[in-house]
Formats: sequence, C-alpha cells, structure tokens
Amino acid sequence: MKYFQTFLKYRYLLSNLIGRDIKVKYRRSVLGILWSVLNPLLMMVVISTVFSVLFKGGKFGETNIPFHVYYLTGATVYNFISEATSTSMMSVFTAAPLIKKVYIPKYIFPLEKCLFAFVNLLFSLIAVVIVLLASGIKFTFTMLLFPIPLLLALVFSIGLSMLLSALTVFFRDIVHIYGVFLTAWLYATPIIYPITLLEGNKKLMLIMHLNPMYYFVEFFRKVVIYNTLPNWQFTLVTVGVSLLMLVIGILVFRQKQDKFVLYM
Amino acid sequence: MSNAVEISNVSMRFNMAKEKVDSIKEYLIKFFKRQLLFEEFMALSDINITVQKGEVFGLIGLNGCGKSTLLKIISGIYKPSTGTVKVNGTIAPLIELGAGFDMDLTARENIYLNGSVLGYSKQYIEEKFDEIVDFTELHQFIDVPMKNFSSGMVARVGFAIATITKPDILIVDEILAVGDFLFQEKCEKRINELMSGGTTVIIVSHSIDQIKRLCDRVAWIEKGKIKMIGAAEEVCDLYTSAK
Repeated sequence: MKYFQTFLKYRYLLSNLIGRDIKVKYRRSVLGILWSVLNPLLMMVVISTVFSVLFKGGKFGETNIPFHVYYLTGATVYNFISEATSTSMMSVFTAAPLIKKVYIPKYIFPLEKCLFAFVNLLFSLIAVVIVLLASGIKFTFTMLLFPIPLLLALVFSIGLSMLLSALTVFFRDIVHIYGVFLTAWLYATPIIYPITLLEGNKKLMLIMHLNPMYYFVEFFRKVVIYNTLPNWQFTLVTVGVSLLMLVIGILVFRQKQDKFVLYM
Repeated sequence: MSNAVEISNVSMRFNMAKEKVDSIKEYLIKFFKRQLLFEEFMALSDINITVQKGEVFGLIGLNGCGKSTLLKIISGIYKPSTGTVKVNGTIAPLIELGAGFDMDLTARENIYLNGSVLGYSKQYIEEKFDEIVDFTELHQFIDVPMKNFSSGMVARVGFAIATITKPDILIVDEILAVGDFLFQEKCEKRINELMSGGTTVIIVSHSIDQIKRLCDRVAWIEKGKIKMIGAAEEVCDLYTSAK
C-alpha cells in the first residue's frame, strides 16, 4: 500500500521523464518522431536486400511469408527488448547527480527507460502495419491480440532492466559485455533466419527453447502473421518467463538499492 | 507528536576503498589477493538529535565533519548504517539547488521536471507556475534553454521551485551563498515566511552570523560526533572561541 502511494506520487515524474526523453531524442531533427517509423523500415530494406541475395528471395516460416515481413515482425520485438534493456542499464548510474541530491524511488529510472522504449515500439508498429498492408497480408481478428506478447515483453524487459541497472552501479564492465551479448542474442533468435533451419538439430532447438527472446518473437509472429494462437504450454512459458524475470529484477534491485548512492 | 525529526543512535559508515573497484576483473584480482579490505570511515557515530516542530535548528562544524551527510540521512538519500530516523511530515530538501535540471530544456520545461522530481503533481505546478516565475524574476528568459543561464539564474529557479510548497520540514544546506545580495535577501525572507508558517527548518551554514540570527537551537558536530547541543547563542560563541 505504501509502495503504491509513493508510486502515485511520482507518476507525474515518470511521465515527465518520458516526455523529456522524447523531446531530447528528436530535437533538431526535421522529421522528428517520424524516424521511429522510418528507421525500422530502412533497416528492413537493407537486411532484406542482403538476404534476398543470399536466400534468393525464398518464402519463410510456416506459411508463405515474404522474408521482409518475417524479419520486420521479429526485429520489432527484438529491438524493443534490446533498446529497453541497454538504455535502462545506464539509467540508474547516469541519474547519480539526482540520486545523490534528492530522494526519489530509484526504480523510476529503469522503469522510465523501458516505458520510453515501449513508446518507440508503438511508433515502429506503424511501420509493421504499413509493411503488412503493402505485402497484401490479410487482416485477421487474431492480429488484435498483438498487445499481449508486447506487454509480456515489457514485463520481461522491466525485470531484466532492474537487474542490469542495479549490477551496473557496482560493475561498469557489464555495459561493455552487454553490447556483445545483444548481438549474440540477435543471432540466437530466429529473426533473420527461419526457425525451420534448426529443426533437424536437437541441440540448437534446445538452446532455442531456453532463449526467452524466442518466445516473445514467436508469440508476436504467431498472432500477427501466422494467424494462429499459441498453445497453452507456449503461453504459460512466455508468461512464466516474464514474471520470473520481473521477480528476480525486483528482488535484486531492492536488495542493492540502498547501497547505490555509496558507489556513485 | 511535537517532534518533527527524531534521530536516534544514527551512525554512518562509509567504505573508503583506496582505489575504487569498478570492474569485475579488478574485483576478482583484489578478492583473490585478499586486498578487498576497505578502510572504514565513520562519517557519523551515534548521533541523537530531536528537532521539535516549528523549531529552527542549525548544524555547525568544520568541513568534512558530517553535517551534509546528516542532512542527506534526514532527507532519505542515505540510509544510516545503524540507528533510525523518524520524520513526521513532508520534507523539502534544499540540499543542492536545481538537482535534476536538464540543461538542454528550457526553464519552463525544467520547472515542470524539477517540480515532479520533488514529487509535486502536474496540477499543482500549473497552479503555482506564475508564482514561481515571479519569484525568479526571469520572465523574459523562461523559454530559453537553461544551458544559457548563469549559475545565479539557475539557483534562482531552483530555489523558487523548492520553496513553493509549504513543507513541514525544510532542509537548507549552504544554499544561501548563491545569487546576488538582493536575491539572498529575498531567499532569507522566504525562509522566514515559511518559518512563521510553522515549518521546521534544519539549516547548515558556515556563516555563524546567519545561524545566530535564524536558529533557536544549534548542534555542533565535530569529526562525526556531537560536541554540543544547545541554544544558538551559547553554542555559536563557544564554537567561534574554540577556533
């Protein structure tokens, strides 16, 4: 109850920080927030040009999905988690001047970065809609379930961000290694290659099933482009992974937060 | 409840690592070499202070004696290593003005941002916005990014935002040393206004005259311990003669 009250007290700070991030990010750019739509589109053009040469423009996935649609849907989810966690990671540390001078609940900072990344994600969804329309993918009611995987990815990101941002205060190394880790994570998830590529290999499939990113990406693709509902095991694992990450993040953060100020 | 702040048996211990260990590699090396012995530094030991409601309480002492650490413990920035601090009411910390200003944003945007850092609601800031701007006297600069402000101007905005509420407890750390003399007078007047409104004030200053003028009681801190608590006049006289 007490936690809830402090959260309410500082919710305006939260929205203010998000507003500031948006303002600062697009300051002095002519196209402004339109970049959040353009960026994934341009990235998609680059990647699919490269890969259509490599894969000779083959169809992808479980049904006849063009590569660029397959790529964009996966990359949208991956980019969100990657942006949310890598910006959050530094958030507590860079808020040092503030944390040293005023009392603010410290979880505000990773939470804010995750929500900011989520706002960016919503804009990049416009790109997804444009591409779906342009590629002649038919609208289905299953598509309307798209917020579920995205919200689960948000919960997961908040948990991971709290964990990372707390550890970064004590060990700056994590920032450097995490960049490499994110690249590895990109290749460990079926984003630029079809999951069917791995189906013969049991070891790789096992790794895939231990990769949390796989669940969010596949969940999103299932409802948006495959027009299928994930079965209950799949749903349960995705929800479980998100909540588990959140709990771990909160526990570590809570245990460490009183010491932050001494290490800044 | 007539006590605004109750500080009982508070100690603050810092680990003064000679070199900061910032990376896992260093940490492991030092761990295995058994060099992870920190030098402990007691910034404060066994502090007991009770500040009554409506009182103006001063803290004096030499640089590095622990005054600011104590203020930060009271405002909840530090958690004391041992002991407890009980605070009844809302705190407005004037520890460092303009904490949380984003210099890329304009003064207007920063008033909203800094206000929310202090936990004000949007509606409240909107209501008080004109009053804040009037106090700063910076009407024509309100839409200028704050990186173009002088330090005095930044301090004005910071002070105006922090004192716009009627807090139960106001914590003031050396801030009256900024700004021109006219603004200093204005700040002091504002603090006096708050005090007559029943706000408890805890103040740190090196200006003994100011402490004598403003405070009812004073604690003299030396090397993290309380040397003396008593009436302002008495403690200040002993403090200056001890030099």
